[in-house]
Amino acid sequence: MATTAAPSDAAHPHGTTRRDFLFLATGAGAVVGAAALAWPFVASMAPDAETIAAGAPIDVDLSPITEGQIVNVFWRGKLIFVRHLTAKEMTDMKAVPVGELSDPATFAARVKGGHDQWLVVYGNCTHLGCVPIGHQGNFEGWACPCHGSQFDAVGRVRRGPAPINLPIPPYAFQGDTKVRIGEGAAA
Amino acid sequence: MSAHATTYVPKSRLAKWFESRLPIVGLVHSSFIAFPVPRNLNYFWTFGAILVAMLASQIVTGVWLAMHYQPSGTEAFNSVEHIMRDVNYGWLLRYMHANGASMFFIAVYAHMFRNLYYGSYKAPREVLYILGVIIYLLMMATAFLGYTLPWGQMSFWGATVITNILAAIPIVGDTIQSLLWGGYSVGNPTINRFFSLHYLLPFMIAGVVVLHVWALHVTGQNNPTGIPIKSGKDAVPFTPYATIKDVFATVVFFAFFAYWIFLQPNYLGHADNYIPANPGVTPAHIVPEWYFLPFYAILRAVPDKLGGVILMFGAVIILALAPWLDTSRVRSANYRPIYRQFFWVFIFCCFLLGWLGSKPPEGGYVLAARIATFYYFAHFLIVMPLVGLFETPKPLPGSILESVTGPGKQVGSSGMPAGAAAAPPTKG
Amino acid sequence: MIRTRALVAAALAAMLSGTAALAEDHGALPPREKWTFSGLFGTFDQAQLQRGYQVYREVCSNCHSMNYVRFRNLAEEGGPDFSESQVKALAAEYKVKDGPNDAGDMFERPGRAADKLPAPFPNDQAAAAANGGKAPPDLSLMAKARTFARGGLWFLIDWLPFIGYTEQGPDYIHALLNGYEENPPKDVTVPEGGHYNAYYPGHIIAMPKPLSDGQVTYPKAADGNPVVPETLDQYSRDITAFLMWTAEPHLLARKQLGLRAILFLLALAGLLYYVKKKVWSDVGGETHGLQPELHKTG
Repeated sequence: MATTAAPSDAAHPHGTTRRDFLFLATGAGAVVGAAALAWPFVASMAPDAETIAAGAPIDVDLSPITEGQIVNVFWRGKLIFVRHLTAKEMTDMKAVPVGELSDPATFAARVKGGHDQWLVVYGNCTHLGCVPIGHQGNFEGWACPCHGSQFDAVGRVRRGPAPINLPIPPYAFQGDTKVRIGEGAAA
Repeated sequence: MSAHATTYVPKSRLAKWFESRLPIVGLVHSSFIAFPVPRNLNYFWTFGAILVAMLASQIVTGVWLAMHYQPSGTEAFNSVEHIMRDVNYGWLLRYMHANGASMFFIAVYAHMFRNLYYGSYKAPREVLYILGVIIYLLMMATAFLGYTLPWGQMSFWGATVITNILAAIPIVGDTIQSLLWGGYSVGNPTINRFFSLHYLLPFMIAGVVVLHVWALHVTGQNNPTGIPIKSGKDAVPFTPYATIKDVFATVVFFAFFAYWIFLQPNYLGHADNYIPANPGVTPAHIVPEWYFLPFYAILRAVPDKLGGVILMFGAVIILALAPWLDTSRVRSANYRPIYRQFFWVFIFCCFLLGWLGSKPPEGGYVLAARIATFYYFAHFLIVMPLVGLFETPKPLPGSILESVTGPGKQVGSSGMPAGAAAAPPTKG
Repeated sequence: MIRTRALVAAALAAMLSGTAALAEDHGALPPREKWTFSGLFGTFDQAQLQRGYQVYREVCSNCHSMNYVRFRNLAEEGGPDFSESQVKALAAEYKVKDGPNDAGDMFERPGRAADKLPAPFPNDQAAAAANGGKAPPDLSLMAKARTFARGGLWFLIDWLPFIGYTEQGPDYIHALLNGYEENPPKDVTVPEGGHYNAYYPGHIIAMPKPLSDGQVTYPKAADGNPVVPETLDQYSRDITAFLMWTAEPHLLARKQLGLRAILFLLALAGLLYYVKKKVWSDVGGETHGLQPELHKTG
């Protein structure tokens, strides 16, 4: 036993290192190969070129929207509310103490300066994506029919499971009566 | 597939030739013919066979529906109406498939409640049981994907709500959501991939069912006493005894199934799903299919998005932990006087959560859902470990045979030759 | 045990108080009507469907499309059962846009049995523009796409034969057509372009009252007398039955096949039960998992 074991014992440190390296390198190579193979499968599920191209900015004419009215438009397949705030709604919203909000945001942060009466927000509840119904709930804003979240007149979450305010899409005013959604910096 | 040696002896030369090359006849023989079955199984043990029949029914009707269905945002709804109106017996295929999903869940819930009541999840059947939980998860995914395919209002908003649930997962949630959508919202790419996955998953279910049956035939079946087979007198061969009982129960179940298909085909569905998908309007009362309602109630009981999602998934995952949470030495709740009370409270809570899931998330309903959710988890995390430690079980019968005939009495003939019945492992 | 009961009591109390607090203001539920198509053996009344089609054609079709119904469907068994020639004549009354022809132009031709019932507007946007911003919905599936919640625990028995109730959709449509009130309750302000309806959710509906007594002249019986009264109630029953047929055109075939299938399965189950009993008698019969020793030891 001892005589047969001796040569292998002697060769052991050197042989193991070389063999371990070989195994490791081969294994790592196989993993890299598998990941490279998997990548096209995963990437193919991401939004495709045509879907991305269809997301070009849209222009919304504001002149027919009367005070208090909410208009639904679609950009990139997503619903967007364009709301013409009334004077009372603006006063009430400015008076809300920011500290009491679960996702604090001032009135000024929700609209674009100089166009205080226009609110542009995504129209899907930040909880699970339902469309909140306008002019409902206790905060002059929206109430979600699915799980009871309520938003105020400038789309800030005031009640229910929604974690954040209705997000503001990138948009910019083109004069006083036209807004281009999908262009310009997000507010 | 089976741990025990087969008693199958090929008779003809051809059979011998074949068996020595692929011993599949012996496999089937040992698994479905000679397999020893406890002789005291009640009708709750027929739901396994019923579930196999439902899976087969869903796969066959699904494959045939796919011959006519078009997975696209513009044509899906139209093609379903085409199936309903113009395809010969298309209405039958579609109503079988739609109601079949509900029947599948009725059967699986009966199967699961039986398992929980009689302690079938306990050692040595933990792996068998976890495979069952995996099948249940795959069923839920398949049912959800399938419900989106008609592309009605409930389909669309169900898809929206569920994909938004996934977005609550920290860090990777948004990426997963985007990969599921294939766009910036639920749309045409979404329905296409949902169809593909809906077609794939049932075959994965079938694969796990094979493992589930395999594991069953290693440990043997539990029974209403929870005590193992001890002698040949405790068991009967699977065929003809269990086979004929399973066939009888399956036919009765299919008569019930037929009632829904032919006479109440839309009762278990939602009227809103006969309105084509409209991304601008959410239906006033959006609720999932009845079989998801308890989980939906749990989701809404939590006033926090991530918390609700964790609890909802936790409600399924916790099932898989039952074998280790239950400390009782006795399996069957028949012999557990205290646990049995809690079990029925648990069942009541499940039904209560189901009912609350269909109600608007307001006031008293939310409070009731919170209490029921608390009990749902407490049943697993508190009741199962503690009751097992403190409860004094009733005396168990000496054998399965004794439980059937009463102590001391004997029946004339035994179902199994003693050698055959001794074969299945009776450990645990 | 005590803890169990306390928990049950707490859950029940929460449930009951919650229910009481939430007794929702449904307004009036649509009254329950009798329909020929309800129940296990219900079928459509051909004459009623033909009258219903007439109401659709003369009134509803001015605003509402019927995109899933083809003229040929009107001749199908179990439906209005018009003859082939009647259907051809009905279809030919309409001009249908077709094409492009060999020259690449669209053209108009008389309708054929294979055409769908013509829509009043070319697309949803045109329909919305012509109707105050909201497109009138397609009516093909209306009887299955509308319902109302009865509340309570009725859902536990409503699916049962004979005592069940699953005609909420038709009842709602019938109630809606009869639910217009010229003098709405005092506390309700009806906005411009809106109309008060007792059964519409929220009560303010964009559709003006579509039907009134004597509006549609039905074909008379051989003796010159009307077959059915020409009243709003009768019109709304007829159009509702017609809409149920357009939503579920194979209802008759479904029920006929279903009763046979269920009887067959029950008979087969009966036979199997006795086969099973015979098989199990070899091993002293089955106990169905009853636990005799449990009953003895209490």
